[in-house]
Amino acid sequence: MMGWLRQTRQSAIARFEALGFPTDRDPNWQYTNVKPIADTPFTQVTRYERNGLTAEQLTGVAFGARIACQLVFVDGHYAPELSAVPALPVGTLVGSLAAILETSPNRVEPHLARYADIQRQGFTALNTAFFADGAFVQLPKGTVLNLPIHLMFVSTARRQNTVSHPRVLILAERETKAAIIESYVGLAGHPYFTNAVTELLVGENAQIAHYKLQRESESAFHIATLQIRQDRASTFTSHSISLGGALVRNDLNVVLAEEEAECTLNGLYMVAGRQHVDHHTIIDHVKPHSSSRELYKGVLDGESRAVFNGSIIVRPDAQKTDAMQTNKNLLLADGAIVHTKPELKIFANDVKCKHGATIGQISPDALFYLRSRGIPREAARRLLTYAFVSEMIARIGVEPLREGFTGWLSAREQLLR
Amino acid sequence: MLEIKNLHANAGNKLILRGINLSVKAGEVHAIMGPNGSGKSTLAHILAGRDGFVATTGEAFYKEKNLLTMSPEDRAAEGLFLAFQYPVEIPGVSNMYFLKTALNALRKRRGLQELDAIEFLNWIKEKAKLMEIDEALLNRSVNDGFSGGEKKRNEILQMAVLEPQLAILDETDSGLDIDALRTVANGINIMRSPDRAILVVTHYQRLLNYVEPDYVHVLLDGRIVRSGGKELALELEQKGYGWLEDEFQRTTVPAS
Repeated sequence: MMGWLRQTRQSAIARFEALGFPTDRDPNWQYTNVKPIADTPFTQVTRYERNGLTAEQLTGVAFGARIACQLVFVDGHYAPELSAVPALPVGTLVGSLAAILETSPNRVEPHLARYADIQRQGFTALNTAFFADGAFVQLPKGTVLNLPIHLMFVSTARRQNTVSHPRVLILAERETKAAIIESYVGLAGHPYFTNAVTELLVGENAQIAHYKLQRESESAFHIATLQIRQDRASTFTSHSISLGGALVRNDLNVVLAEEEAECTLNGLYMVAGRQHVDHHTIIDHVKPHSSSRELYKGVLDGESRAVFNGSIIVRPDAQKTDAMQTNKNLLLADGAIVHTKPELKIFANDVKCKHGATIGQISPDALFYLRSRGIPREAARRLLTYAFVSEMIARIGVEPLREGFTGWLSAREQLLR
Repeated sequence: MLEIKNLHANAGNKLILRGINLSVKAGEVHAIMGPNGSGKSTLAHILAGRDGFVATTGEAFYKEKNLLTMSPEDRAAEGLFLAFQYPVEIPGVSNMYFLKTALNALRKRRGLQELDAIEFLNWIKEKAKLMEIDEALLNRSVNDGFSGGEKKRNEILQMAVLEPQLAILDETDSGLDIDALRTVANGINIMRSPDRAILVVTHYQRLLNYVEPDYVHVLLDGRIVRSGGKELALELEQKGYGWLEDEFQRTTVPAS
């Protein structure tokens, strides 16, 4: 292992030892109790084992969308025979992070662990200390990828409780354009813990779309940080779809580091039973003329819990910032609870910042309207739930993914196709 | 087809209907007229099964079945249709999809084969043409951002697609310009048939210039105070509701 990496890992271990797991005394973790994670013994898998996974099993992960460029990781380790990387534009690198660290560490060193915060974020420190593998994507200046890249993290947890710390580094240099999908899935095995960190750099004038599909098993713990840095006049779009897991926390931090950077953050969470899902987003406007648009929608059934905490920071330099944040929640059951909170920290005076949050139930007027046309009550409720969600589906720019997700959701809600 | 006897009903906690008697046979068009607050919409809603409207006394039988104990979807399956005064906007569901879901739900309940995508497309295009409704409305979300006229036309289209046996039109004519009014009236006239009954609930006589009712009933303070032929509507047009209100009060207010 390279000296710098060893050093980074050692300081990360030291930070995690100092920080420990967050408790509800930390305002950022007020509503999300990670004691079940701290109390469960997990084993980190030391090497790649296919565990009988087939390529067919994996096609359903992205809702049946066929994505040509696909890296698969099983229990935290790169699975070469399940992965496929077609010919890419010259200079483009898509591969295992561990492999790149062996062959060309110089590409990684200037960036890895430079953006995600190990000083204050215990789980990020833990990932940095212990990650085995993950993905490395580098798009040289001017690269336009017409096909998306799919990074798939599968947990099998076949024999015991396992933990993996997937680590992703994406360097999209200036004037690049690409869509990257990260998906996290699990087989119904033992409880497992996914602790993921992704760092993504969006260079000047680059246009990057990032999709995160979280479909962990129903007994899984999933903690993830997506850390974005945007350069001048870049455009970043995030789509976060969170469906699975028992206890889920997604941190999405976007630093609009230079002028005229724009980000759009789309989020959808659908939970039921006793699932708990927590989204914390921070959009940091550092320089003038940057804009952000954020829309997160949630559907909660059963006794599920959701937390949405959206921070918008406008630094003193960031005049002419234009920010808008919306969080809308649909509660399908009396036992479901949502905590939603905007946090605006504005230190500049010439800015436009708006935020709004709603928590509602199925509209009785709409329900009666559908029933009066002969649509049975339960089907009408499902159709109205679908209608609530459809706005988020329409925003998915990768067509096979949008189609696949539409099909999956229609089947789930038992709608006609 | 519809027999209402001594129907008393609350909207919320307020007694609105105070003894409605009405008999409607297949093939007939009845107009229910009355001023604001007379109970017209309450009658329409209680017949369609809206939550919050409760019958306290009396009964309503539809095709010999007790209407008041049926769910709204069961009433629809039995062929009852309510055109809403205020159609509901449903962003995210296309009109086409909504109609297909509704039609197939009804067909399933009636033991008919559900229509596939192509059969449905042909069906709806034919209906839209017949009802003089722009096909562009079909691909938009249900009533979402529709003008008042478009919403009412859409109700008429739904009626045409679902082919009810008893259609109740709740102030479908209100707020329409003359073109929309003609389209709506044309739609109602097309739907007139020997095996279908239509109940037109309206404040104004205007619609009845285009749709000729067999019977006209005047609703005042939750009771039908006068029934007659189409000439009653013309009389109301000339005299307003005032003379009936006076007459009605004379007969019901006990002498002190």
